[in-house]
Amino acid sequence: MGVSIQVDNLNAWYGETHTLQDINLQITANSATALIGPSGCGKSTFVRCLNRMHETNPAARAEGVVRVGGIDIYRDASPVEVRRRIGMVFQRPNPFPTMSIYDNVASGLKLNGFRDRAALDEIVERSLKQAALWDEVKNDLRKKSGASLSGGQQQRLCIARALAVNPEVLLMDEPASALDPVSTSKIEDLIFQLKDEYTIVIVTHSMQQAARVAEETGFFLSGKLVEFGRTDKIFTNPSDKRTEDYITGRFG
Amino acid sequence: MATASPPQPAQDSETSRPVRRPASTSPVRSFLQARGSGAAGDHAFAVTVMLCACSVLAVVVLVFGVLLVHSRLSLRTLGLHFFYSGDWDPVHGSFGALPFLFGTLATSAIALILAVPLALGVAVFLTEMCPLPLRTPLSFLTELLAAIPSVVYGLWAIAVLVPLVRDRIGPPLQRTLGWTGFFRGPNFGVGLLTAGIVLAIMVLPVISSITRDVMRAVPVAQREAVLALGATRWEMIRIGVLKNARAGIVGAVILGLGRALGETMAVTMVIGNHPAISQSLFAPSYTLASVIANEFAEATGDLYVSALIEIGLALFLVTIVVNGVARALVWAVTRNSATGARA
Repeated sequence: MGVSIQVDNLNAWYGETHTLQDINLQITANSATALIGPSGCGKSTFVRCLNRMHETNPAARAEGVVRVGGIDIYRDASPVEVRRRIGMVFQRPNPFPTMSIYDNVASGLKLNGFRDRAALDEIVERSLKQAALWDEVKNDLRKKSGASLSGGQQQRLCIARALAVNPEVLLMDEPASALDPVSTSKIEDLIFQLKDEYTIVIVTHSMQQAARVAEETGFFLSGKLVEFGRTDKIFTNPSDKRTEDYITGRFG
Repeated sequence: MATASPPQPAQDSETSRPVRRPASTSPVRSFLQARGSGAAGDHAFAVTVMLCACSVLAVVVLVFGVLLVHSRLSLRTLGLHFFYSGDWDPVHGSFGALPFLFGTLATSAIALILAVPLALGVAVFLTEMCPLPLRTPLSFLTELLAAIPSVVYGLWAIAVLVPLVRDRIGPPLQRTLGWTGFFRGPNFGVGLLTAGIVLAIMVLPVISSITRDVMRAVPVAQREAVLALGATRWEMIRIGVLKNARAGIVGAVILGLGRALGETMAVTMVIGNHPAISQSLFAPSYTLASVIANEFAEATGDLYVSALIEIGLALFLVTIVVNGVARALVWAVTRNSATGARA
């Protein structure tokens, strides 16, 4: 089951650029939260701060308190421990090209030393079913490479790979922006099904997507969280003028 | 209709001069029209580069042909016996190339066993762990190793490595691993082991710099994918980087092997130049390249010269076979990912 996320005074930098400024927000457990905003507004940086991927870039730095399920991930846990609890799906599908479909899904468990083969089989099947990919690949699990699938299938494979380690939070950084409309709608259906069991944070360029899948939405602009609230309210009755300008297409 | 009409004039301009075209008023237009199709230049360029490519092939074929022609006498007189006879005594008319074949393969194998793990370590450190300001100078220094002439390596080996193997490296090996048979018998410091160590140092920069480039070419997305699963840095390197780069790493090792097989000067200076096959790595040996370098100038008699040229032919063929096997290996490794690598 998912856990809630509490962010207090989060600041992040890339070199000298202050990309996130004093972000405060509360993400509800077992629900989908969308982050929208124009390119370069800091929304991707924000999700990358939630699993400490931000700091893998040597020039990057983050300060503040991020509590995931009550644990301060910047003080009480190592990046490795944090990322074992928080799955991530990236903008471009990045399956491991040298591994079979099965090994792609099992990779997170295998690298952590999980060896029980029967349990692995079960988890791989369950994860692929959760990612709505099982029926398409069940006959080629060990025969085909992860890279031999189509783009949309690759992204669902990456989702299955993230789900296999049973994360408490699933971060998705524009998971459908490199995909065609059919694959996009499959991913959206998937998020809709998964959000009862996982806390999902999804960065998206598409406001329709945010409206379709998310209970709550945050609007970022120039490194600041301008507005955060229930999705229907953000899209129908935003309290900030800048949010209104953005969702009505006046900029961005 | 609007999309159907444009091809007409375009076709015109390709097949014939644009006679029907109205006189152009823009100077840019008339300048561009005056340039013509450029087909002749393109054609000349294509022929030129094709000739360049063919010249490489021609050199290989010519070298092979010359070696074959000049070793005819030895090929006819000695036959296959040449390659399984271990007796090399030209003065008494006995020509067996097996010790040289053995020496070449054994020294190259020792070199790879020592150099590959070291080179991988260097490459991993340089790409993944090295602090940025240190990266360029360290890479430069590693590559500098490749620029040192091999005779200088030979001199260094005679002055430093030979005594080191004789007095410091050899005795403990003999004590601990003597039972294997690889470290037995008299140890004068010159022999297979010393030659292998020199070769290892010489192929190290080749393997490490190519491995480094291959590793650097692995997309950041692959590293992030592994990290996001909760991998430690070592796990990220193993799964996200080395696994993806393995075909290129095999290629790098093969290039190193190619250099080790053909290296002449440094090996000649420290291998002992004694045509014998011994299990012990302390024993002096001889390589294909060394025997040609040492004996060709003094070779008397047509058969002796011809036999040495046949050794050259053998070296040529060994290198080609090794490279062929390596290509096949790389192909086998990449085949799986290549079938569907559209990402």
